[in-house]
Formats: sequence, C-alpha cells, structure tokens
Amino acid sequence: MRSTLPAAPTATRTLMFWCPDWPVTAALREHALPADTALVLVDRGEVFACSPAARQDGVRRGLRIREAQARSTGLVSLAYDASLDERAFEPVTAAVETIMPGVQVIRPGLCAIRVKGPARYYGSEEKTAGVVVDTLAAIGLTDVRIGVADGPFAAEQAARATDQLDDDAAPVVVIPPGGSPWFLSSYPLEVLEQPKLTVLLKRLGIRSLGDFAALRASDVRNRFGLEGAVAHRQAGGLDHHDVVARTPPPQLDAVADFEPPLARIDQLAFTMRTKAAAFIDTLRGAGLVCTALHVSLHTESGEVSARRWQHPRWFDADDVVDRVRWQLQGANASDHGLTSGITRVHLVPDVVEDLGDHADGLWGTGPDESIHHGLARVQSMLGHSAVLTAVIAGGRLLADRRVLIPWGDVPAGSQSPGPPARERDQPWPGRLPGPAPATVFADPRPAVVVDARGNPVDVDPRGLLSADPAFFSAGSDGGQRPVHSWAGPWPISERWWDPKGRALHRFQLVDQSGSAWLLLLEDHAWWVEASYD
Amino acid sequence: MQASTLASRCMPTVPALARILPGGGLQSGSSYAVRNSATLAMALLAGPSATGAWCCVIGVPDFSAEAAQGFGINLERLILIPDPGSQWLSVTAALVDVVSIVLVRTPEHLAPTEWARLKARLRQRGAALITLGSWKQSDSTLGVAESAWEGLGAGSGHLRKRRMKITATQPSGRLRHAYVGLAELQGTADGTVLPGAPSLGDGDPAGSLFEPRLMKSS
Repeated sequence: MRSTLPAAPTATRTLMFWCPDWPVTAALREHALPADTALVLVDRGEVFACSPAARQDGVRRGLRIREAQARSTGLVSLAYDASLDERAFEPVTAAVETIMPGVQVIRPGLCAIRVKGPARYYGSEEKTAGVVVDTLAAIGLTDVRIGVADGPFAAEQAARATDQLDDDAAPVVVIPPGGSPWFLSSYPLEVLEQPKLTVLLKRLGIRSLGDFAALRASDVRNRFGLEGAVAHRQAGGLDHHDVVARTPPPQLDAVADFEPPLARIDQLAFTMRTKAAAFIDTLRGAGLVCTALHVSLHTESGEVSARRWQHPRWFDADDVVDRVRWQLQGANASDHGLTSGITRVHLVPDVVEDLGDHADGLWGTGPDESIHHGLARVQSMLGHSAVLTAVIAGGRLLADRRVLIPWGDVPAGSQSPGPPARERDQPWPGRLPGPAPATVFADPRPAVVVDARGNPVDVDPRGLLSADPAFFSAGSDGGQRPVHSWAGPWPISERWWDPKGRALHRFQLVDQSGSAWLLLLEDHAWWVEASYD
Repeated sequence: MQASTLASRCMPTVPALARILPGGGLQSGSSYAVRNSATLAMALLAGPSATGAWCCVIGVPDFSAEAAQGFGINLERLILIPDPGSQWLSVTAALVDVVSIVLVRTPEHLAPTEWARLKARLRQRGAALITLGSWKQSDSTLGVAESAWEGLGAGSGHLRKRRMKITATQPSGRLRHAYVGLAELQGTADGTVLPGAPSLGDGDPAGSLFEPRLMKSS
C-alpha cells in the first residue's frame, strides 16, 4: 500500500510563541503564589513540572516527590491538573486573537500563527513578534519566547533557541525565509521526537538533522516508510503540517452587573430573569444544554459566594433564577454570609452536553419528564433542600444510616457508588439486627424506663443492668406501658478514642399492645430512637 | 359520593393486602387512611414502587428509608418532603399531578371544598393518596388491630418476626380483616400464603403460626 504525502510541500511562514513551564506558570497564577516559589507539580507521585527556583535546587522532572522534597526545602507541591493548563491558557489565546486572527493552540503554552498577513499589517515579522510580546506583557505574562521560521517545526525550534540570546534582547528569533534548513542542520536528531528512528539513524552514522536532510527523499521514503519521510521533510525545514487556525469558541458564560447594588432577593430575581433567558438562549444556539452550573455572587464589599449547582436534567431560564435565589436564601438566613448588596452575578456553565443527547423522544420521554417539572415547581415553592431523596449509608444509629440528598444534587440514574454506598458495606459492629423499624425519629424523643418498684433503670459502667425494666413511657402520650418482653443492653461505642465519641446502650421493648420500640440509654437518659409501628 | 369504582384502575398491590382492600387492590384515584402503622403504609407503597411508579412522602420526617428499602420500595423513585410547612395543600396537589402515590401525614385542617378539589385531582390524575393517621374523608381506612412479635424474650433475643391482624374498613362500613406476617408484607415470605388459607371474614384462628400472643391494640 502506498500512502502519499502532499505533492508540493510549500512552507508556511509561521510565528510560534512559547511560554516555558506553562503548567508551573498556570499553577502559580491560579494559586496566586509569588513567581520565585519553589513549586513542583506532582503527577502520580512523580514530579511532572517544576519552577525555576525548584530547578536551581536540583529538582528535575520524573523525580519522586520525597526525593524532590529532600533536595529543596520549602518546596511547595501541588497536584498536576491538566484542565487547569487549558483553562489558564484560554485568556492568553483570547488576548492574541484580539490583535491577529488565526491562532492555533498546539498545546497549552505553545501556539502557532500564520505570520504572512500580520507581518504585512505591522510592517515586518520582527515587529509582529514585538506586538505579541507587548500584548502578552499587558496581561501579566512576561516570559514569552517567539520564533519565526518556515513551518511550525522550525519555528518551534527557533522559539526554543531564544535561550541562547542575551538577557536584555527581545526573546525573538527570526529565521529568514529559506533559512530554515540551514538553521535546523546543526540540531541533534532527538528534536524529531521519534526515538526508534533516531536510534536507527545514529547506527547508520547520521548524527544531525543536516545529515538526515542531505539524504535523497526517495531513498528515505523507501527505507523508512511514511514516518521516515515526514521526519525527513521536517529535518529539511519543510513541514507538512500547516497552521490550522481555531475558531474562537462562543462565549457561554454570562455576567450581570448591578449599579446600584441590589439588596433584595426579589429585585435580583426579577432582574436576573432576562439575563438567565439570554444565557440559556446562547447555549441553545450553540446546540448545548447545561447540566451543571457555577453561580458566583459578588457583593459591594468584595465578598464572593460561589456554588456549583447540578440539575437532574438541564437548566432552563427559570431554574437558573431559582438557583441564584436559593444560593442567596440558603438553608437558613445566615447561610450565605453576605453582608452587602449584590453587584455582580456570574453564571458559568460547568458541564454542557449536546442538545441532541437530551432531546425529547417522539412521544415525549414519558413520566420522568413531568416528575422533573413537578419537583422543580415544588422546589421553587419550598427551597432547594426541601425536596429530598434518601440513600442508605453506613452507621450504627438508625438516623446515621439515612442520608437525605436534595433532589437534583445527584443526577437521577447515575449509579455511581458514592461514599454512602462504600460505607454501607463496612461491618458496623453494633448495628441493629432483624427487620428495620418503620419510624425512625429524626429527633430522638425522651423516654422513661422504670423497674417493678418504680426506680429508674440504668446501666452501670461495666454494662450491667440495675434492674429488669417493667414499665416505660415513650413518645408524647406519656402513659406508662408495661413491658411485655425486652432485650438489651446492647452496647454501641462510637469513636471511643475521640472525646466527642458516644457510648450508648440500645434496648428493644415490646409493650402489652404488641408494639415494639427501640430505646437508647445515653448518659443515664433514655431516648426513643425508633418505633416498629 | 360518586365512587370511583367504575373506571378506576387497580395498582399492583402486595397480595396480602389486596385480599382485604376494597376492589382487590389500591385503586388509582382513591384515598386511604392508615390509622396507626407506618409499616402498613410502606407495604401499600411497595407494590406500585416495585413496578416503577414514583412515590412521594410529604410531611413525615420520621419515615425510615431503610425500612422502605426492606419493603422493596425503589429509593431512587421515592421523593421525601419532610416539611411542607404551611403549603401542605399546594405541595400535595403539585405532586398528585406527577407521581402515582402520595403518602401524607393527615392534615390538621382541610376545608371540605379543598378536599373536594384535591379528590377531583386525584381522580383525574389517577394517583392514590395515603394518609398516615385516621381521617374520616378517606375511601377506606386500614389499621393494625393486633400485633405480636416473635424472637424477643425477657432480656434475650431480638425482634425477628411479626404477625399482625390488619383491618380494612370499606366505604360502606363493612369491616374485613386478615392475619399477615411482616415477611408477607415485604414479599419475602417463603411460601406466600395459599389463597384461601388465612381467609377473610371473622373467626380466623390463623394466629397460631407461632405462640399466639395476639394482644388487643390500644
């Protein structure tokens, strides 16, 4: 099989700008650390990237984290987050796109621009590079290297070659048109990043890109196949890659500024209505629906309340307004902790999904859709945390085993085994055997248990019962019920190593009418935990 | 009242309860009152929930999700609204629109006109309303008349099995009762009782499965 390369290799004059150590720069900016911090980014226990300060102490990529900490005291280590790189690079790309079109992000920290048009506009390639440096300096990015050459590969090498320049010179290397083969000829083969080919060529006595480029293209093609031919072309300064400009993504987030600041929730909700509708329309226009939303509220005195909201289906405009309202109302009045008027609301779609994946079926999606609508309505009446679903978790006391989650916080149908499910599978010594009681009091009710002579029943520190229980009163009716049968005390000690841990005794009692009760004795006081009614 | 017997559907119900319920099961559009037992209310929810119906529990903060799971109620399709506050009626009405079964604590006060509107909505939407606590307006009232536990001694053992005498009052005032075990309600009994064995009607000695300590409920 013969696969073909593009027939006429024409070089595209390319400007490549490179921000060295971008993961480190992004992490420093994100966490607002000073630039001279000895910082390492750790990925799976090894150093993924390190800042110049850490490098001076001898920290290298690939070291184990312990070793790096031994070499550099005061090392700050953070987990490497690939999405942070992308996120932090987005403003950089956007800033360059405002001054020249056609930016291709090769990876976060490295961008290619077709330089022909901008060079004509700004006068020359050097001036274009200068404009890029100035633009990026304006957004606080000082360490930028720029290379201009025929094709992206040569331009990247030129950008990396700025290391050899003087400190006070502008970090720009421009290889004149047609000069790329000469520029690349002295480079070692490793820059091709093809280890197998490199080893093979070295055994054949070829040490540099110049040597490799001097071979005849047809021979290389016959001997090394397609990959070899591509590498040969790169070595000769002719890149088969072209600069593919990205289309700037649509702006999906929405910001609403209020002047003067709004102090009342209903004012805010009313004003947000149109903004939320526009926000949802933008998403809809891009063929997307938002399933998780990040809402941040900024106040006049500089406080920020930020929260991520999930939706069981996707947000429509009313849902967005509801979330803003609930975030302000909170579970109780003091929840959000904001003390002054709201000046800005920022809506960021955190998770967007394709509209097609969420489209209604031909006859609707059945009852579930109406469930979501109905529950959303009740939530907007009562508040987000008033409509709950239950999950069984682990625990010894029955109230601990019931975890209530506001509707919509866990998307319906997602079967991810969260922490409750994992905890539930633990042994939990002291948990209740037999059938579960149908009524578990959310707040345990006080109870009284007495023996036949009317003295209160208690358990001594050794776990012995003072007397058999004969009568008890449970719940609100207050009447004394004779004990028909009983069992206990069953000791429960929760976190005995912790002063805040609890030590309780549990009893099952059946009264004369045949109803059974679950009682707790803690600190000489009796409580009704549950009722088998 | 114009009964909903003509065009009402029967929801799947636990067999032990279907025998004594009027119409042979939970009727959509009807209301039921459960006098004194959350267990019984859960058993009523279990049948429809196991077949994928959505259930909602309003105003019962003490509802035990673990016991509900034991009855075979699908927790993913169970909505809890522990505290509807002063908006009991509007919340209940909103949920009657969308879910199949609504379990509520008996409202302290409900005007007859409001009840008539809620009732009409129930019938229109085909949902069933179960109230926890006695309520005169409901179509049928269920309750545990007698109950006995097995497994607990004087200071030993733990609760294992329960037998109950369940009564159901028809709208006509007729009373039916059945003796059932907790395992039967949960659908986990080994041999679910033969259709004729613990029969309806009076004078049934089926309480002899274990030591007959059936006691009159207070």
